[in-house]
Amino acid sequence: MSDANEAANEPIAVIRTPISLDYHYSAGQSASRFLRAIAQGKLLGQKCPVDGRVYFPSRGACPQHGVTFGDEVVELSDKGTVVTFSIVRVPSENIPLELPYITINVLLDGADTILIHVLDAKLEDVRMGMRVQAVWKPKEEWTTSTANILYFRPIDEPDASYDSYKEHI
Amino acid sequence: MSPTLEKALTAPHKLEYTYKRSLGPVLSPFFTALRDRRILGVKRRDGRVMVPPKEYDPDTSESLDELVEVSDEGVVTSWSWVATPRRQQPLDRPFAYALVKLDGADTAFLHVVDAGDEGNMETGMRVKARWADETTGMITDFVFVPA
Repeated sequence: MSDANEAANEPIAVIRTPISLDYHYSAGQSASRFLRAIAQGKLLGQKCPVDGRVYFPSRGACPQHGVTFGDEVVELSDKGTVVTFSIVRVPSENIPLELPYITINVLLDGADTILIHVLDAKLEDVRMGMRVQAVWKPKEEWTTSTANILYFRPIDEPDASYDSYKEHI
Repeated sequence: MSPTLEKALTAPHKLEYTYKRSLGPVLSPFFTALRDRRILGVKRRDGRVMVPPKEYDPDTSESLDELVEVSDEGVVTSWSWVATPRRQQPLDRPFAYALVKLDGADTAFLHVVDAGDEGNMETGMRVKARWADETTGMITDFVFVPA
C-alpha cells in the first residue's frame, strides 16, 4: 500500500487513505433512451415544452421549469462550437491522456446546453467559436456509453459568431 | 407514464477518492513504529498517555511531542460484534470492533479483535496484538486476539 515508503528504514511520512464508494447506478428511462440511441450513433436531446430550449443529454424533466419532457426527442448533430476551453497541464489519476491536452465546453448544433469533452488540436489553435466535430470509435465498438465519442476535432468551417454561443459561456 | 417504457439500463459505478495523507511529526513516528511491531503513545503534561498519539492536548491545546512506547497487550473496554463483515472491512470473517486500552496507556483505541466467535468476547478481557508476517507501517499491521 504505502509505496511512498518502500525504503524499509525511511520514516513513514505519508499513508494512502483511499475512500471508495461502489454504486449500482440505474440510468432511469430518459438517460437509458439516450444511451440506447448513442449505441446507434445518435445524439438525443429533449426540448422543454415551456421555453423550447433543447437539453443534451436528454433527461426526464426540465431542471428550470420542473415539467416532464415526455417522449419527444430531438436528434442533434455531432458538430458543434467551442464555447470555452481549458488547457490541462496537471496530471490526474484516472485520466490517461498525455499532457498537455485541451478540454472544451462544446455546444452541439441544435442544443442549448454544453457538453464537456476533449479536443484534439494544437494548443495554439484552440479558440472560442471554433467549429468542431465528434470523432467516434469504430462502429463495431459502439455500446450504450458516451465513450463511443473519443474526442472532438476541428473542422474546416468559419468560426461561429460570439452572439451564437454567448449565453452558454 | 410513457407507453414505450423500457427497462432502465444499469451499470456499476465506482466513485473513488485516492487520498494520500501527510502524517506529521507525531503520527509519522507512530506508523513507523508499527512497522517495527511497536506501539507508541504520546505523554501529556499530567503524565497520562494517549494511544494513538495526538499532536495536541485535547484539553489545553498545547503541542505534544513526548512519544512513549506502550505494551501491545491490553484490556477490552467496549466492543461490538460484526457478524457479517462487508467487503471493505478489515477481516473477511466475523470479528469484533473493540476499544482496547493497552497496558501503559490511559486511553482506549478502536481496533479489531479476531476472536473467532462472539462468545469469546467479553468486556474486561485481555487481548494482545498479533502482528502480520510482513509489516508495512499501516494500522492493519496487526489485529488483536484474545490473550
